[in-house]
Amino acid sequence: MRKRLLILGGGTGGTLLANRLRHRLDEEQLQIEVVDRDDRHVYQPGLLFVPFGLADPGEIVRPRRGQLRRGIGFHQQEIDAVSLGEQRVQLADGSSLPYDVLVVASGARLLPQETEGMLGAGWNESVFTFYDLDGATKLREALDRFEGGRLVVDIVDMPIKCPVAPIEFAFLADWFLRERGVRDQTEITLATPLDGCFTKPIASKHLTYLLDEKGIEVEVEFSAGEVDGAHGRLVSYDDRELPFDLLVTVPLHGGAAYVERSQGLGDSLGFVPTDPHTLQAHTASDVFAIGDATDLPSSKAGSVTHFEGEVLAENIERFLVGRELVSRFDGHSNCFIETGFGKALLIDFNYDHEPVPGRFPTAAGPLPLLRESRLNHLGKLMFQWLYWHVLLPGREIPLIGPEMPTAGKKTPITA
Amino acid sequence: MSTLAIETDREGFLLHADQWTPELGAEIARENGIDELSDRHWLVINFMRDRYLATGSAPSIRSLGKESGVPIKELYRLFPKGPAKLAAKIGGIPKPKGCI
Repeated sequence: MRKRLLILGGGTGGTLLANRLRHRLDEEQLQIEVVDRDDRHVYQPGLLFVPFGLADPGEIVRPRRGQLRRGIGFHQQEIDAVSLGEQRVQLADGSSLPYDVLVVASGARLLPQETEGMLGAGWNESVFTFYDLDGATKLREALDRFEGGRLVVDIVDMPIKCPVAPIEFAFLADWFLRERGVRDQTEITLATPLDGCFTKPIASKHLTYLLDEKGIEVEVEFSAGEVDGAHGRLVSYDDRELPFDLLVTVPLHGGAAYVERSQGLGDSLGFVPTDPHTLQAHTASDVFAIGDATDLPSSKAGSVTHFEGEVLAENIERFLVGRELVSRFDGHSNCFIETGFGKALLIDFNYDHEPVPGRFPTAAGPLPLLRESRLNHLGKLMFQWLYWHVLLPGREIPLIGPEMPTAGKKTPITA
Repeated sequence: MSTLAIETDREGFLLHADQWTPELGAEIARENGIDELSDRHWLVINFMRDRYLATGSAPSIRSLGKESGVPIKELYRLFPKGPAKLAAKIGGIPKPKGCI
């Protein structure tokens, strides 16, 4: 009998999973339906470039429907809640959709309203975020007008999407303001709740060195509790103050609102408790999760979602015929880190192995790991093409699979 | 059990959660500048510890604020600097990991 797979969210994870499964199973075996509230698929890595005029808002958005293979249904609907017991998803218009298998792929949601004062005086005037298209676009105007002063880049708290993006923003701001001739009149500070600029010690050391070289201050263990836009102050819970003329904030993240409304589906932050290796939700065997929507201790990043997609497609196929799931996902993550001046670093890691220096094998030749190079910057730019033409259609990237490669990595000798 | 047998990591977090006792918690608190643990302190410490023993990971400061019923501002008054970290240390469980 034909089964019905419902995928909630038509972003990176939902799209690539739908396409992979449509390729593997025909419509007689599996009906695939994707639900999303809008038809705008944003290439999120491009958001970093918008404030610096390196990408135009229009060129990083495409229709969601257009990214789905033939034979995949698309419902443009707001989701009200999931009824786990009834195997049904309630939609905001009062109708509902049944499922045999459900995948939560709704990503993470920005919660600026959860930080006192963030949406108050100065929001989108001196207080910005580049984590959505509207904010990134407005920040571009503010950076064009910026004549120097105190620029603070702040991560309110973890988890966030793309944990390296705030560091990249600081690097690119250094480059951009230098080009504009106002860097000497500018102090750049990166404030983070972590005890270093990045949680992985070896990469953190390399990145701290680069931040230092570029004259970017780092304020560690800074847990922002209040934004006072009227007086240009960012105040931590332990009453430390960072004055700013321009604040670029990464607001708190949570899961989709309907996850919070659905009895038993999410944790207190709205993320779905998920098996780290099979991607099955803890709550019910017919529910799976992918990408930023999970509670996994991996990066909330497109590369992670891509690697998860391969494992999840296999597991859904297995689940449909009652076979045992494979515990194959290892937390593999692979990120280019823009460092400004046309260069970038590359890091590659998983649940157990932190990013280390060395070389990363690709079909086009090895890329240096944890070292600035022009090649990595080109890799980052090329990735946008790969995203639309290889990742989303659910094709494989040659040589780069879900398991993290160890070849080429200089593994540190542990004492 | 003599405190000499208690193993900790470099930052002073207990390596074995089962070696912990409330008395040891009070001693770690004093070493970290909290002379007297109030009921509110214990509420947070026990919440952290129970959660760790049940799930294998300690809650972040945000989940702690949402689920323990103690607002984040108060958590910072009770456990200055890093509430989740300090409460974990006093409660004898590993340092909470920031997700990456």
